[in-house]
Amino acid sequence: MPADNRNKSSSFFQKNSQLLIPFVAIIILVIFNLIRDPGFFSIAIVNNNDGYPVLQGNLVSIFNGASELAILAMGMTLVTAASGGQDISVGALAAIAGSTLVKVLKSTETITPLTVILGILACCAVAMLFGAFNGMLVSVFRIQPMIATLILFTCGRSIAYWINGGATPTVSSPIITAIGSFIPGCPVPTPILIVLLMGILFFILFRTTTMGLYIQTVGINQGAAKLNGINPVGMKLLAFVLLGVCCAMAGTIGMSRLSLINHETLLLNVEMDAILAVAIGGNNLGGGKFNMIGSVMGAYAIQALTITLYAMKVPSTDVKAYKAIVIILLVVIGSPVVKDAFQKMKNRNGRRMLARKEAT
Amino acid sequence: MDDGIVLTMRGIYKTFPGVKALQNVDFTLRKGEIHALMGENGAGKSTLIKVLTGVYEKDAGEICVDGIDGAVTIRSPQDAQEKGISTVYQEITLCPNLTVAENMYIGRDKSATVHWKKREQDADKLLKSLGIPARPKQQLGSCSLAVQQMVAIARAVDADCKVLILDEPTSSLDDHEVEMLFSLMRDLKSRGVGIIFVTHFLEQVYAVSDRITVLRNGELVGEFEVQNLPQVELVSKMMGKDLEGLSDLDKEGSANASEGEAFYEAKGLSSSEARPFDFRIAKGEVNGFTGLLGSGRSESVRAIFAADRITGGKILVEGKEKSITKPIHAMKAGIGYLPEDRKRDGIIADLSVRENIILALQVMKGFFHPMSRKEMEKFADEYIKTLEIKAASQDVPIKSLSGGNQQKVILARWLLTHPDYLILDEPTRGIDVGTKTEIQRLVLKLAEEGMSVTFISSEIEEMLRTCSRLIVMRDRKIVGELKGHELTQTNVMYTIAGGEKENAG
Repeated sequence: MPADNRNKSSSFFQKNSQLLIPFVAIIILVIFNLIRDPGFFSIAIVNNNDGYPVLQGNLVSIFNGASELAILAMGMTLVTAASGGQDISVGALAAIAGSTLVKVLKSTETITPLTVILGILACCAVAMLFGAFNGMLVSVFRIQPMIATLILFTCGRSIAYWINGGATPTVSSPIITAIGSFIPGCPVPTPILIVLLMGILFFILFRTTTMGLYIQTVGINQGAAKLNGINPVGMKLLAFVLLGVCCAMAGTIGMSRLSLINHETLLLNVEMDAILAVAIGGNNLGGGKFNMIGSVMGAYAIQALTITLYAMKVPSTDVKAYKAIVIILLVVIGSPVVKDAFQKMKNRNGRRMLARKEAT
Repeated sequence: MDDGIVLTMRGIYKTFPGVKALQNVDFTLRKGEIHALMGENGAGKSTLIKVLTGVYEKDAGEICVDGIDGAVTIRSPQDAQEKGISTVYQEITLCPNLTVAENMYIGRDKSATVHWKKREQDADKLLKSLGIPARPKQQLGSCSLAVQQMVAIARAVDADCKVLILDEPTSSLDDHEVEMLFSLMRDLKSRGVGIIFVTHFLEQVYAVSDRITVLRNGELVGEFEVQNLPQVELVSKMMGKDLEGLSDLDKEGSANASEGEAFYEAKGLSSSEARPFDFRIAKGEVNGFTGLLGSGRSESVRAIFAADRITGGKILVEGKEKSITKPIHAMKAGIGYLPEDRKRDGIIADLSVRENIILALQVMKGFFHPMSRKEMEKFADEYIKTLEIKAASQDVPIKSLSGGNQQKVILARWLLTHPDYLILDEPTRGIDVGTKTEIQRLVLKLAEEGMSVTFISSEIEEMLRTCSRLIVMRDRKIVGELKGHELTQTNVMYTIAGGEKENAG
């Protein structure tokens, strides 16, 4: 029986070998934390300020805190796969999206569910437009993605500043609070639910369209994709527009957590973490084949690392340095050189086992 | 080690997961001989070469090199080079933006400083002595492919090499360039270098080689002296079967078809790459474009498929006027196109065999109608079986397949779309004799079933065997059309060379 199980798990990772790295990273973090503090992952149900029962604990903070990053990692995976480059303007675009949402909310006297829906739709539309702008630079004008998105990276937060006339307005509405923390009666933090929603959205997109196949084809061999009737420009645009939607959702969550928009600090430097999540997820940053689940796992691994470091009372100024050490390890383990070495070791073991089998 | 023997390989074994790539293979190379290594795709030629150059680690066996006592272990290509084994690969692996001299000496520095003047003089001497028409200070990219290939060889032999491996060195060269390469090979041979020559071109083997070692399915068939092995026998040894039916293909059906109702007709069709031309193909006809490399034959068929930007012309498909300005339009009109450059335009290297097979059909079904996994598996299985594609499974990436099998996958991709008209640009380039014949036979069978096929090949003989009508191109213009009894090698040659009058009679 145990042997059977092992076979099954090894065949799963043979098919999804790139999930191994984020999986191992998370497992190591879990074990490390359990040894350090056996109660690290305990989850409690407590009543919050409004008197509703909610989940609490480090695990919840990890999942909750990684929500924006997880959503951005999904979109970044697509852009990476299709264009072979990364979008470094996601933080700035999230700030624009958040500011747009606030602008719409502030335009009416009272905030009703309808205004919130309209606001989210508006911020999605704006973010998709900016995404399309990035996508056009990359696909039509064939500018390197990092250079193309450098434009919005540079000016995005200024645009966010203009949208609300330079102010950092606060929004006080129970609906916004619900989006940023808990929906009354639901013990799971809303951002986690939004991640789930985005995951389902992408799942449906992959199931009902050929997006996955086309994006990988374009990323691997654009010329051949064209000769098979695929429109590479369209696919790259689509990837950037979908990343725009992800930015809008991340901006919405980020804004709702604080009930205010600060265009300067909202999701600052998140682009680098999002790219990192894609890399830890085992995706080739040069484009082509991708695995979105890997990127999301990468996002959670990054957040788990951050929370662990905070729990260990590492001063927040030092966290980045420690993070870098762990990331170096992960990236080296996932590098082709180490992978090849592993493969060779496995082959040798396999042969030895085969020889033993034949001998008996 | 005996005198005159520079390399022996004895009892070499190599196994990959699911494939026994080499089983008990022996190979002997003598001083100053050109030794052809022959075999179909997947016979184990590349694996043997890679074992010899240290790319793969052998599972068992012994390699001995002249001048080194006992068996040697070759750990890497660099290690191989230090032991006197140099390789020049099919794809040129030099840097086109560096100069010829830089390319010859790059990465071979022992000291930290470089004496460029001396380098250039050395390079000049070597190039001159080998008769290679290149200047040391010239940028490599400005040389022709053949000269680049020869520079790669010069680089290899300068490193005190006893064994020179040439892996498909001629596949992208024209006849004149091949001759240049051959004289270089003969020159090296007279200097005592042992040359292992891997190629698919039988004529070339007989033109330069002294001995032939034949592999089949990872096993050694034998070592032969060239004069004792007629070409026909070599082919049958490579394929492991008799030659019955290899030479006689029946193309009667297709010949009659050429007069029939047109499937596709173009008037004044032109693209960014092709000058305006007229073209017509009947239902069930097999015709071909022929001409020298660069004559515009590939550009013309690319225009039919709208692979390049279309700039003008009128197109009729089954008598109805159609606008075909993008590949997808052509596909929807029932046209399939197997591109000339398989690596650049055909395969999606990292995707699985299955995904590569269903790609075109999936695109035709549309963005919002993805096929189910089951459907894909069924189609892939079906075509892997019909075309006898050799792959460990349909999940392996296409890049892990041999060239011939990759080509079959691309062919499967287009057959799966059930086209009315299939364009095959060099479908048999770089693949073995057996698969070649299979593809030719398939083309004629498809035509019999009513498919129109346009076939392009650099081998005139192959064109004559399959096509019932040949369109001859020169300098990007159609200069003649041959059919029926006019279809002889001499006629084609004359027309290509510029004798329109000769074929009028």
